[in-house]
Amino acid sequence: MTGAKVQAFPAAAGAADDVLDIRDLSIDFRTPKGPVHALRHVSLAVPRGSIVGLVGESGSGKSTLALAAMGLMQGNAEIIDGSLQFSGIDLRGLSPEAWRAIRGKRISMVFQDPMTSLNPVRSIGQQMMDIQYRDRSAWPAQRRRKAAEILKRVGIPDPERQLNRHPHEFSGGMRQRIAIAMGLLEKPELLIADEPTTALDVTLEAQIIHLLRELRQEFGGSILFISHNLGVIAELCDIVVVLYAGEVVEQGPVREIFHRPKHPYTQALLECDPARIDLISRDLPTIPGDVPNLLQVPPGCVFAPRCPKLFDRCRVEAPTDRAVGPGHAARCHLLDGAGRE
Amino acid sequence: MSAQPSDIPVPVGLAAAGSLLRLLRRLSHDPLGLLGLFLVLVMVFCALFGPWIVPDDPFKIHVAERFNAPSLAHLFGTDSLGRDVFSRVIAGSRIALSVGASSILIAMVLGLILGLTAGYGPRWLDNAFLLLFDSVYSFPTVILGLTVMTLLGASIATLMFVVVVIQTPAYARLIRTATLAAKNAEYVLAIRSLGTSPLRILVVHILPNIIGPLFIIASMDIPSVIALEAGLTYLGMGIPPPAPSWGRILQEGFTAIRDAPWIVLAGGFPLILTTLGFTFLGESLRDLLDPRLRRIV
Repeated sequence: MTGAKVQAFPAAAGAADDVLDIRDLSIDFRTPKGPVHALRHVSLAVPRGSIVGLVGESGSGKSTLALAAMGLMQGNAEIIDGSLQFSGIDLRGLSPEAWRAIRGKRISMVFQDPMTSLNPVRSIGQQMMDIQYRDRSAWPAQRRRKAAEILKRVGIPDPERQLNRHPHEFSGGMRQRIAIAMGLLEKPELLIADEPTTALDVTLEAQIIHLLRELRQEFGGSILFISHNLGVIAELCDIVVVLYAGEVVEQGPVREIFHRPKHPYTQALLECDPARIDLISRDLPTIPGDVPNLLQVPPGCVFAPRCPKLFDRCRVEAPTDRAVGPGHAARCHLLDGAGRE
Repeated sequence: MSAQPSDIPVPVGLAAAGSLLRLLRRLSHDPLGLLGLFLVLVMVFCALFGPWIVPDDPFKIHVAERFNAPSLAHLFGTDSLGRDVFSRVIAGSRIALSVGASSILIAMVLGLILGLTAGYGPRWLDNAFLLLFDSVYSFPTVILGLTVMTLLGASIATLMFVVVVIQTPAYARLIRTATLAAKNAEYVLAIRSLGTSPLRILVVHILPNIIGPLFIIASMDIPSVIALEAGLTYLGMGIPPPAPSWGRILQEGFTAIRDAPWIVLAGGFPLILTTLGFTFLGESLRDLLDPRLRRIV
C-alpha cells in the first residue's frame, strides 16, 4: 500500500527537498470507549518553499496532524504507525530537549484564536524577547530591536511603542499579526498555521492571507496552512491535501484540485462553497450525513455513507490511491479501470 | 481559604523587581490601596520599633492602678494587673506580625511550590499531593493546633508551625486548581510551540496568571490567624503569659468585660485595622498587577 502511495505522490517520494515528509501516519486517541482512530495512514509532503493547504471538516484530524508535527499532541493521543520527517530529522524519536530546540526555531505554529493564544499578563515585548532565549549573546536591547523589526514587518505601526502593550490592548487582527510575528521571529523553515483566519472577519482574513504570501517570499520558508475555507486555500496554496475522517482522500496541485476534482468528497466540498448559494431558493448546499464514528471505522470507503455516487464495491472494499494527473491522486473506486482520465 | 475554583482564573501579573517603583506610583492613584499600605506600614513599624516607642513597660505590674479607665496617662486604660494596655497592644504587634504575616508568607511560598508542582507535574504526583493536602485539611483547625501545641510545647515558633501546616494545603489547592486550568489554556500551547522549557512556562508564564487570588486569600487569612492565636491562648494553649499577644489581651479583656470594657476594645481595634490594612493592600495589589484591571497605564 505504501508502495502505491509513493508512486502516486512524486512529491512525497523521498524528495530531498521536502521540509516536512509525513508517511503512513496513524494516530489513535485513547478514550474510555476504546481507541479513536483519528488519523489513518496519512501521507503528505511539504516541499521547501511551498505552501500546502490542508482542508477538511471539523473533526477530520487537521489539528491533530498539526500538533503531531509539533510534538504537542494531547496526553491521550498516540502515534501508532508511520513516520514524520522534518528536514531529514526523524521527529518520532526526538527527546523533549531536542523538540524544544526545534520548536519556535525551525518549526513554529500560529493558532486559530488570537484572543486566547497570547499570554494575557505579559507585554508582547516581553513575550517576543522570551522567544529569543536561545541567543545568549544578544543584549536585551538587541532582542527588543529584533522584535520591533518583525512587528513592523507584519504591519504593526509604531512597533517600538507597541512592545510595551499587553495583548488585550490590541484588536483580533492585530493580535494575529503579532502571533505570526512571534512564529516568524526565528525565521523557521516551516510555519504551521492552524486556521489562522477562522476567528477573523473577511477583510482581516484577506489581509492575513496577503501577509502570509508576502512573508513566504521574503523568508523563503514553507507553510502548512490548515483551513476549512476553500476560498482561502485557493488563493494562498500551491498544493492542496483533502482530509476526510482521518484519511487523505485527494491531494494535488491547487489548480488540479479546483478545476478537476476527482473524489466525490472534494467535489461536494467545492459545491458547498457559500458563494454558490442558490439565490432563488436561498438554499445553502450541504453534504448530507455526518462524519463517521472513528471508534469503529466502517469497512470500505470512509466517505461511502455520504457519497452520492455510491456503488456496491464502496461498502466492502477500501479504495487505494490512484494517480490521476501529475502530482494529483485520489482515493476512489470510480477512478479504477479508468486509470487516468 | 474559601475561594471557589470559578473565582480563580482572573489572570494577574507579578511585578518584576525592577518595576516596584512603577507599582508604587500606580498605588498612589488608589486611595484605598494607599490606606492599606499605610496601615500595614504602621503595623510593621510598631513591630520593629515597639520596645522604643511604648510609653510604659508592657510587663510592669501596678496593682494599685488596676482597671484604670483610658486617660492621658494610659491611652487604652490598664488591665487587671495594672499594666498599660496601650503599651501591650503595641508590643503585641510584633507577635501578631510574626505569627500572622510571617507564617502566612511561609505558607504562601510553600503552597505555591507544592501547588504548581501538583498542577503541572505528572498525574501520580498530583494524586499523592492531593491525598496529603486533604488529610491535613480535614483535621479540625483547633484540634490540630491543640495537639501540636501540646506535643511541642506552647511558643511562638510552635504556633507559626501550626499556622504553616494548616494554611499550606489551602494555598496549594488553590494554586493547583488554577495551574490545571492554566496549563490547558491555548496560550500555554502556543508558548510551548515556541520551544520554551517547562520550568520557564511555569514560572514566567503561568505563575503571574494565577497568583492574584492568592494575594487576596492570604491577606484575608492574616487576621484569622491572629484570631486562631487568640483562640488557642483562650484555651490555655497559645503563647504563654505574660507575652502581650493581641489574643491574650482579648481573652483577658473578655474575662473583665464588666469591669473594664476598654480592654476588649483595645485588643480588637488593632485586629480590625490590621485586617483592613492587609485586605485593602491585597486587593489593590491584585488590581494593579493585572494589566487588564489596571486603570492607569
